[in-house]
Amino acid sequence: MKIHEYQAKAILARYGVTTPRSEVAFTKEEARDGAQRLKSSVIVVKAQIHAGGRGKAGGVKLVHSPDEAAEVATRMLGMNLVTIQTGPGGRIVKRLLIEEGLDIKRELYLSLLVDRSVGRVVFMASAAGGMEIEEVAKNNPDAIIKEIVHPAVGLQPYQARKLAFGLGLTGEVANNAAPFFQALHRAFVDTDASMLEINPCVLTGDGKLVALDAKMTFDDNGLFRHKDLRGLRDLDEEDPLEVEASKYGLNYIKLDGSVGCMVNGAGLAMATMDIIKYAGGSAANFLDVGGGASADQVKNAFRILMSDPAVKAVFINIFGGILRCDVLATGVVAAAKELQLKVPVVVRMEGTNVEQGQQILRDSGLNFTIANGMKDGAQKVVALAGGAR
Amino acid sequence: MSVLVNEKTRLIVQGFTGREGTFHAQQMIEYGTTVVGGVTPGKGGTKHLERPVFDTVAEAVKATGANASVIFVPPPYAADAILEAADAELPLVICITEGIPVLDMVRVSLTIDRDKTRLVGPNCPGVISPGKCKIGIMPGRIHKPGHVGIVSRSGTLTYEAVDQLTRLGIGQSTCIGIGGDPIIGTPFLDAIKLFNDDPETHAIILIGEIGGNAEEVAAAWIKANVKKPVVGFIAGQTAPPGRRMGHAGAIISGGQGTAKDKYVAMAAAGIKTVETPADLGSTLAAALK
Repeated sequence: MKIHEYQAKAILARYGVTTPRSEVAFTKEEARDGAQRLKSSVIVVKAQIHAGGRGKAGGVKLVHSPDEAAEVATRMLGMNLVTIQTGPGGRIVKRLLIEEGLDIKRELYLSLLVDRSVGRVVFMASAAGGMEIEEVAKNNPDAIIKEIVHPAVGLQPYQARKLAFGLGLTGEVANNAAPFFQALHRAFVDTDASMLEINPCVLTGDGKLVALDAKMTFDDNGLFRHKDLRGLRDLDEEDPLEVEASKYGLNYIKLDGSVGCMVNGAGLAMATMDIIKYAGGSAANFLDVGGGASADQVKNAFRILMSDPAVKAVFINIFGGILRCDVLATGVVAAAKELQLKVPVVVRMEGTNVEQGQQILRDSGLNFTIANGMKDGAQKVVALAGGAR
Repeated sequence: MSVLVNEKTRLIVQGFTGREGTFHAQQMIEYGTTVVGGVTPGKGGTKHLERPVFDTVAEAVKATGANASVIFVPPPYAADAILEAADAELPLVICITEGIPVLDMVRVSLTIDRDKTRLVGPNCPGVISPGKCKIGIMPGRIHKPGHVGIVSRSGTLTYEAVDQLTRLGIGQSTCIGIGGDPIIGTPFLDAIKLFNDDPETHAIILIGEIGGNAEEVAAAWIKANVKKPVVGFIAGQTAPPGRRMGHAGAIISGGQGTAKDKYVAMAAAGIKTVETPADLGSTLAAALK
């Protein structure tokens, strides 16, 4: 689960991480009042969306008065912000962060994540703050320094100092950096975060480290023990069909093709997208109904799939192990009847009771095409969706 | 022969009396697996599926001589269940549970004594040595005893491969579902090493996914050490970056973990790669000739 910058900063502040003084604004009046309260000669207005690259896209503006802040807020609120990370569709800006401007001497990059190859949390830092870390990793990998954290003891002071000195910080600033870095680590672990990125973390003219930006993503599997964090989910930032699917415990991801997919198992669901591409088409979605899907879940999955107007044909690809093919077919037929099937559906089933399952589909009188294997199914559905593109 | 599980495996089920535990324990018993009992804290002393229930894993091991455990405990308690099994020094622990927080697994993986306990999973279908022992949730009847080892991050894709092989008359030595999470007990490399050392495994199928670099690590080792034919597939060639594709571990992040990189590594290691899972069986059959 992603959260907004201002929410991440509020969490970090609770752990003692220094962040700029700021106010959140949903309206231009709030923007003006917030800027007034900050009493800063330079004020930054930042669009709050769940995507990076805002600065270059016009989502971050410097202003010098509360009136100017209100003026910029008027333009920014409701605008469709398209950044390199949002995709061409962009995101509507509904929240703003009004922040004091700082005297920036240096920009650093800091991040924490779980390094799966070592199975531990890793703290990464780079003196090349403000740049995309992927670029740094590609062009100058030695510029990234890492400390791997043992979960039993957490980020130790010596590790934090190594990071600070590695970043070229000296004297008092380096000494103050250690508790700052440790606080970031505590925030990461306490909240079951999967990613925490401060880019940039700035060194101000008066020698203070400040988290100028903050990006935080939480491990969905850990949210059950963080009731407070669950409330930070912003449904406006998610695809409405994905939100709908999540209500039924379905794993659905909207894509931009024309073949709707319903599959059991994440691996097979990915492989189904791949084989559709291989047959010359493209998938409209990723959808894993799970190993033990009920008839009701199948129905809901089908309904969500169908409500995507881009879907021209549907491919149901099921390997029935625990989920029996006759149960699946019954669910699909019931759903198709209730939803008044408008597009062709290709079904490929294997596994337990496959003959009964196919018979149920044939007897339904509905527009089902039964495929003989995954490849055949992919070819048939791509043809029905309007052919290879 | 086979790896990890065989006719000598004596299994206990953690989360025995729950819905999932009950259903799959029944299926395993029907397949012929020696299920010697189960653990549900608070229900010790009772019977379930005609087998004894214990409060703790240690008691269960002492009373039954179990040498393996399978875990169906819900995500909030699953890490604890793994540690309890490891504390009882069970040599094999297979965790089926999906949805364990990653930071729980960070702690688990550093706490387990790997010399004493092998963890498979979590978020996996389990391990089966056809005709001998089935531990997990895979449909037993599609399997056939034989000489192909399968290792996979995905449950249903494993079933696809097994089904194709069985239809071609090719049996399997052992199928290992290593799980779809970012941190797992038995990565590809470990499974490949087991298959390589098993004289009864004549060929290997490796089914990977986007995310991480475990496939690349295994491919490098295969290149240097494995003479048996290996067929490989990677799911997620068309997956968009930055999105978790169902499995917690199936994500391309920061340009890392793409299917393309994994295919390049596999091809460089002499692994016969296929572009769709539909070709796994026929490609393996050709490789065996």
